[in-house]
Amino acid sequence: MALFRPASWTGRRRSILSPWSSPALVVLAVLITFVLTAGPILLAGANPIAAYVEFLVVPVTSGFTAIEVLVSATPILFTGAAVAIAFRAGYWNIGAEGQLLLGAIAGAGVGILVGGLPAIVALPAMVAAGALAGAAWALVPALLRVRFGIDEVVTTLLLNPVALLVVNGLLHGPWRDPVTGFPESPRIAAAAEFPALLPGSRLHLGFVIAMAVVAAAWFVLARTPAGLRLRAVGLSPHGARFAGIDVSGTLLRAALVSGAVAGIAGVSEVAGIQYRLTGGLSPGYGYTGIVVATLGALSMPGVALAALFLGDLTVGASSAARALGIPSQLGAVTQGVLLLTTVGLLALRRNRLTRGIEIGGETVAGDVAAGGLPSAATAISEEGEVEQE
Amino acid sequence: MTFTFVFDLLAATLRNATPLVYGTVGETYSERSGVLNLGIEGTMYAGAFAGFAVAFTTGSPLLGLLAALVVGVLAGAVMGLLTVTLGANQHVSGIGLTIGLIGISEFANRLLFQGGELRRIEPMPLLEPLAFLGAPGEIFHQYGLTYIAFLVVVPLAWWVLQRSSFGLEIRAVGDNPEAADAAGINVGRTRYLALMIGGALMGIGGAFFTLAVLGSFTLDIIAGRGWVCVALVIFGRWRIGRGVLGALLFSLLFSLQFRLRILPGFGELPFEVLLALPYLVVILALALSGRNVAYPGAYLKPYRRS
Repeated sequence: MALFRPASWTGRRRSILSPWSSPALVVLAVLITFVLTAGPILLAGANPIAAYVEFLVVPVTSGFTAIEVLVSATPILFTGAAVAIAFRAGYWNIGAEGQLLLGAIAGAGVGILVGGLPAIVALPAMVAAGALAGAAWALVPALLRVRFGIDEVVTTLLLNPVALLVVNGLLHGPWRDPVTGFPESPRIAAAAEFPALLPGSRLHLGFVIAMAVVAAAWFVLARTPAGLRLRAVGLSPHGARFAGIDVSGTLLRAALVSGAVAGIAGVSEVAGIQYRLTGGLSPGYGYTGIVVATLGALSMPGVALAALFLGDLTVGASSAARALGIPSQLGAVTQGVLLLTTVGLLALRRNRLTRGIEIGGETVAGDVAAGGLPSAATAISEEGEVEQE
Repeated sequence: MTFTFVFDLLAATLRNATPLVYGTVGETYSERSGVLNLGIEGTMYAGAFAGFAVAFTTGSPLLGLLAALVVGVLAGAVMGLLTVTLGANQHVSGIGLTIGLIGISEFANRLLFQGGELRRIEPMPLLEPLAFLGAPGEIFHQYGLTYIAFLVVVPLAWWVLQRSSFGLEIRAVGDNPEAADAAGINVGRTRYLALMIGGALMGIGGAFFTLAVLGSFTLDIIAGRGWVCVALVIFGRWRIGRGVLGALLFSLLFSLQFRLRILPGFGELPFEVLLALPYLVVILALALSGRNVAYPGAYLKPYRRS
């Protein structure tokens, strides 16, 4: 099996050597991004080539920084998988950030409460609570979408600042640290802390859970009937409905699973890194998840590679800041530019592929991936009819 | 005390509503042309930073304002390149634009000012045209940008969108691009213009914080106000008047809560509940109107001639 699955993006398999295959396209996006970010690097008075070496190569040359790459990749493995699952179904969940925060709240809440319990009970309870909270936060936009056809982009997005306000409300109110008075929750119980994978490192159980989630998501999407239905709905709601698939139910399940996976990301940061709920828990991991999912071509192997790549970039950005005096914010600039070049190139590819091949007004190829809703208005309105049948 | 309290409250309402008005009007233009611009948060952020950086370096707040406007136009043009020329996914492009613009602003802040937040400029002066009224005149004790927002931008933006042929073109390409194209309207050009006008307004809205209110640039200065504007556009059902009304309503509640929390008995309600209100109200309003939400016809859809 090809590492990336071009078929899922374009409706047809293409040679990996074609300049429009997904791996080639992602490499091209990375190259364009580097050309575009050379400007800021030059302004910072550094040599772009040296900066890219510092960015990408240096982190993996020492054991310590290589492990930090995995630590940085952990939360965005979760959010990348969460976003990819939803996007593959054609459900535009922009709310992974909020779902992550709700998962963190639930995880911290359970983690504080499970004082006397053994870790074998405490850890699954935390993960389950986080998954449930993330799914619950995803529920309302998902219901609005499948019941009323209300576009989920804005509703999922708007719940992100609300989730942050819930966190801040808790930290400035009932959960304020009683000892220090800082806006941080009390520390979670020792049994609730994710164990370190390597003694003395920050790499924790969350990384293993993240990889397991990505692997499970890959298996379900690629090898089970449920995964086939989800992909079918994402590629063409019309076709899926015609084939007798419950489109609304599939969208709802995809949205909830996506929220649950994002919720576990919050648990992982609380139990593996912070050991308490803090306001700065997530520097936008939910939004980075959109970068990871897009860069990974919405495939799970792609998500894993993209998360590791961005983890590498994050560690590299701080090492470039120390070694070359380039502000570490260049990491965020690179993420944004990378996302823009990737969606731009995807759209270009779709334009090339669909030129002239439209069937009944519905573009055949990878609309879902690149070009906004595939005749979403009609899809949504007809889902309602299905609902009423 | 009561009258002073009311006048002060109304003055604060107008002041707090100003950036939201610029942002909401800007986002309305983008969305009415058929493009959901989620780059608004980053555009406001970049406008705030560019305005401050130029004003600080040149000593001229007007040049700062111009810089914020130019940055906004450029951000709108990038959004146009992605979503109009290439037809890329609108929400992913918008999120990418926001991530990139916030990143580049903080990068430049680090580079130019070592991230220091102590650099200050002389904030734009407050105008007091009705000071002779005494206490009620306090309501009109506002920054020039607030006057421009309510007396120039809102009426002009409304008139252009609803009464001018250019506004008709914007609404046409947003509602039915195929028909607009058939009628000889250049869909791409119109959407670019709407995005660039919208971006300019968003940039100015961001610069209001650095050039007028604070006189300095701090990290996280926009703090989600761009998303509030996205909510207000829907709250106003893509109408400028109703969107501005929403901005005033939210600012009134915001300013009221800010003043009441220092009084005994009012401190119990967490501040965060009120801040979450505009988002929750919009989601509730969407839920209540159910299937009757009248999105612009071409909302989220790129246009391709076939």
